Amino acid sequence: MSIEINDVHKSFGPLEVIKGVSMTVAPGEVVSVIGGSGSGKSTLLMCVNGLEPINSGRVLIDGTDVHDRRTDLNKLRRRIGIVFQQWNAFPHLTVLENVMLAPRKVLGKPKAEAEAIAVEKLTHVGLAEKLKVYPSKLSGGQQQRMAIARALAMSPHYMLFDEVTSALDPQLVGEVLDTLRLLSSEGMTMIVVTHEIAFAREVSNRVAFFHQGRIHEIGPPSQVIGNPQKPETVAFLKSVL
Amino acid sequence: MFSSLIDTSFSLNDLWFMLKGAGVTLAVTFWAVLAGTLLGLVLGVVRATAPWWVNAPIGFVLDIFRSVPLLIQLVLANAFKPMIGLNWSSFTVGCVVLALYMSAYCTEIVRGGFLAVPATTRRAARSLGMSWSQDLTEIVFPIALRVALPSWIGLTLGVMKDTAMVWWIGVVELLRSSQVIVTRIQEPLLVLSIAGLIYFLMSFPIARLGARLERRWHEND
Repeated sequence: MSIEINDVHKSFGPLEVIKGVSMTVAPGEVVSVIGGSGSGKSTLLMCVNGLEPINSGRVLIDGTDVHDRRTDLNKLRRRIGIVFQQWNAFPHLTVLENVMLAPRKVLGKPKAEAEAIAVEKLTHVGLAEKLKVYPSKLSGGQQQRMAIARALAMSPHYMLFDEVTSALDPQLVGEVLDTLRLLSSEGMTMIVVTHEIAFAREVSNRVAFFHQGRIHEIGPPSQVIGNPQKPETVAFLKSVL
Repeated sequence: MFSSLIDTSFSLNDLWFMLKGAGVTLAVTFWAVLAGTLLGLVLGVVRATAPWWVNAPIGFVLDIFRSVPLLIQLVLANAFKPMIGLNWSSFTVGCVVLALYMSAYCTEIVRGGFLAVPATTRRAARSLGMSWSQDLTEIVFPIALRVALPSWIGLTLGVMKDTAMVWWIGVVELLRSSQVIVTRIQEPLLVLSIAGLIYFLMSFPIARLGARLERRWHEND
């Protein structure tokens, strides 16, 4: 029961964005991925749940090869939730319907059960008051929390977060980070791509510093953030702190 | 009936004759819009998703339907139908030509609506484990419908008025029946005013329906 990333290479045309990345995420572990723009962090998350194909290497989720052609990706993705920088609300559905949709259509749950799940998850992220509202009436932070509830409604074993606070106004970042803190305290296994260094330091078991398509440094936050060994890590942290 | 108010030869029978013509106009509109929309839906999705070598020939044929005047299409189709062994009535030819004409425009409307759905929204749907077809039916179509509806209403109203041209291949619809009466009683302004009013009464509900749906959806935007 883990996410195993093994020597993954990924190119867009002639541009190789991931140049041999290996990493294992154990159950209950929170791994934060930090690094500059274009370092391949977000692409790696897409490769983990098969939204992007890879050129070589392997990604194993609980032993299932994500990029094996025989793997049923729709089925596999039920186990891995992902939340993006852009929250991607379904604009034609209410908040409740947004969260109910996948449990109903993908898991085939009856309406009442899907609704109960959705209400529970939305209450969990603090949106119990907004069930009947359309996403356009929510703030960015609320929409992002709705997106998190939407992913959680599938009862995933793993959650991937792709810079979920980058598109938010500064005063809204806190509420989303609180939701992530809550999840980590509940033992959710998470990979969190983030620019929030203080947050990464606080919640992560390990921090991976990405640089030019490779993991340059990985270890406990006290090491990678508190006492970085590589000059690139030092330079990056200096630029963002 | 009007003779007591103003001096006119327009009779109740004439009005009945025009209403029958309006019935034909509605029938041609109904079949053309129904078939044209269904074909436009299929071709629009193909246009939005297929590779260029599928897209290019379809686009070329649709361009023909869009750029040759409807009148010419009607007359040519009617003239050529015996040559290819079709024994269609003028009514059928009118419906088919208008349906193809409608579908040519509808294809572009559907394609536009389809492409207006952000790729990131579709990716979010797929990341929840939804299949390609679930993404289409649950996410893409409902969002695209909201984008495409105003253009589709406009197109439908346009096609209703364009049905007047099937007169040229011998179908007696509203405008043709009006013309018949004008020829007999020589009161073009009165008769055409009545015809215009009937066209308006047929179009108005469609326009209202569109406006209502748009307003309802807009409240959620």
